[in-house]
Amino acid sequence: MAAISVSARRKTEPPAQENPSQGRAALRQRLRRHLTGHGFLLGALLCFACFSWWPMVREVIMSFQKTKRGKTTWVGMDNLDRIFQDPDFWHAWRNTLLFTVLALVLGFAVPFAVAVLLNELRHAKSYLRVLVYLPVMMPPVASVLLFKYFYNPSYGLFNNVLHALHLPTSAWLNSPDMAMLSVVIAATWMNMGGATLIYLAALQGIPGELYEAAELDGASLLRRIWHVTIPQTRLILSLLLLLQVVATMQVFVEPYLLTGGNGPQNSTLTVVNLIYQYAFSFNNYGSASALGLVMLLVLAGFSALYVRLSRTTD
Amino acid sequence: MADTSTRTLISETQLSRPLGKAVYWTVLTLVVLGFTLVFLGPLYWLVTGGLKSTQEVIQNPPTFFPSHIHTDTYSEAWSKLNMGRLLFNTLYYAFGALAFQLVFDVAAAYSLSKLRPVLGNAILGMMLATLMIPSTVLIVPQYLTVLDLPLLHVNLINTPWAIWLPTVANAFNIFLLKRFFDSVPEELMAAAAIDGASPTRALWSIVLPMSRPILGVVSIFAVVNVWKDFLWPMLVQPDPRNQPLNIGINSLSIGVPQNVVIAALAIASLPTIVFFLIFQRNIMAGLTSGGLKG
Repeated sequence: MAAISVSARRKTEPPAQENPSQGRAALRQRLRRHLTGHGFLLGALLCFACFSWWPMVREVIMSFQKTKRGKTTWVGMDNLDRIFQDPDFWHAWRNTLLFTVLALVLGFAVPFAVAVLLNELRHAKSYLRVLVYLPVMMPPVASVLLFKYFYNPSYGLFNNVLHALHLPTSAWLNSPDMAMLSVVIAATWMNMGGATLIYLAALQGIPGELYEAAELDGASLLRRIWHVTIPQTRLILSLLLLLQVVATMQVFVEPYLLTGGNGPQNSTLTVVNLIYQYAFSFNNYGSASALGLVMLLVLAGFSALYVRLSRTTD
Repeated sequence: MADTSTRTLISETQLSRPLGKAVYWTVLTLVVLGFTLVFLGPLYWLVTGGLKSTQEVIQNPPTFFPSHIHTDTYSEAWSKLNMGRLLFNTLYYAFGALAFQLVFDVAAAYSLSKLRPVLGNAILGMMLATLMIPSTVLIVPQYLTVLDLPLLHVNLINTPWAIWLPTVANAFNIFLLKRFFDSVPEELMAAAAIDGASPTRALWSIVLPMSRPILGVVSIFAVVNVWKDFLWPMLVQPDPRNQPLNIGINSLSIGVPQNVVIAALAIASLPTIVFFLIFQRNIMAGLTSGGLKG
């Protein structure tokens, strides 16, 4: 009952201004409410201004500037020209795309398969869930350096297992062909828990009658997955796919820690690694920003798609 | 989630047949063993690796059990890699960031949800817009901002502020909190106002006590994010004495024997594993409820 009167008052704020002093008091009260409101916002606003909004503007400005010995000059498209001519630019994009594709094949398909499997199990559910999510919680340095130890070509665990199974061993991180795949395997182990649990939640929302009906129609296990499970989780699958594309294209820590960033013959140099090197190894903020802007435009395409998709889910 | 009655891909009748039972138990055993091997195995190797001697840890083929237990490797790691300091720094950054996020993001979300000042919606829109910008792309201008904070012209490098303040600019937190605050009934707010409670008082006595679950989710993710962050602390904490675990172990591990590094990694992982086992229910609930529909 009170709610109605309150919300009504909010919409048609000054009810009736019979006498001016009352009106002024109401105005003052309203002003005070707005001021308190902005007072509460102030801390977050300042942080957003300093660490989000201003850097966004500055990123664009810096892409067209060059700073040399403290002097900043406008150079127009020079930075962009420069990075396009850098052979590393193409290396970095090729490697990043390779990482994204490999990471999706592993990091998208594996968690889905695992989630479907876990959803069928009636026992040890929470144990398995905790296990899958455990690496996500570990400090990345621990997981990455542990994998670096496993990858060691002479005494690492992986080559020892392969050797014991009479399979060909690999130079892993030291081989230009295997380095990126090695990075992807480590990254998948570290990150798959999050996706798995989200899929699992989505799978639990599928009404059982659909499976029932499909089974009565004589659908085999694989056809039930294809015609019920996948269509029913399609939206979450596509949203997560896009989020993963955006996230994996920004990969930095894994190649940086596993191969020092570049890897054998630049095989693990990714775009963010290149941004990092431009900015913090060569102090070339202009090129770093220009490359960041290119990255931003590429990812903006994916983000726009994400927004469209998430609208349709609501 | 305890809906054991609803059927999944495979029906109960199928499972209760002898063949179904046999297949189910085989698959279950394989999955449990496989998962333990894949996800717990590396941790076993981490903990036991720290107990091996320098020769044994790089011995070929490796040993499954340490032949002699060297607990002193752990104490060596603790002192050589300055683990106490690194752990303290990590906790200091994580809980500082948590405090800042709780104070500023809760205040902002409360204001946007209940006080609704002029331009509130525009501000919320601008905050949410930042979610569309991939964070690593802004690393260079953010770094320059920390180097010379606008208007105040202070350098935050090597201070904890460089880690604490940027975490406040978290649109996702504000959005989650605002959505939760929106569900607090207006009647309660109006009643509090009639009783003469100030907005701060209403936040403290009505909204916050009702929002415990969401505050828990936000807090856990605030701590975990700082604990896991790498690139940003590496840039803004160049002084080894101020570095958190992730950066410190990596930079201090050069020239240190492999078994000592492994022991250090085990020490670094332990707090997160304990934290996870304590809060796993909340973490997983937060992940599946708030995690997706952002």
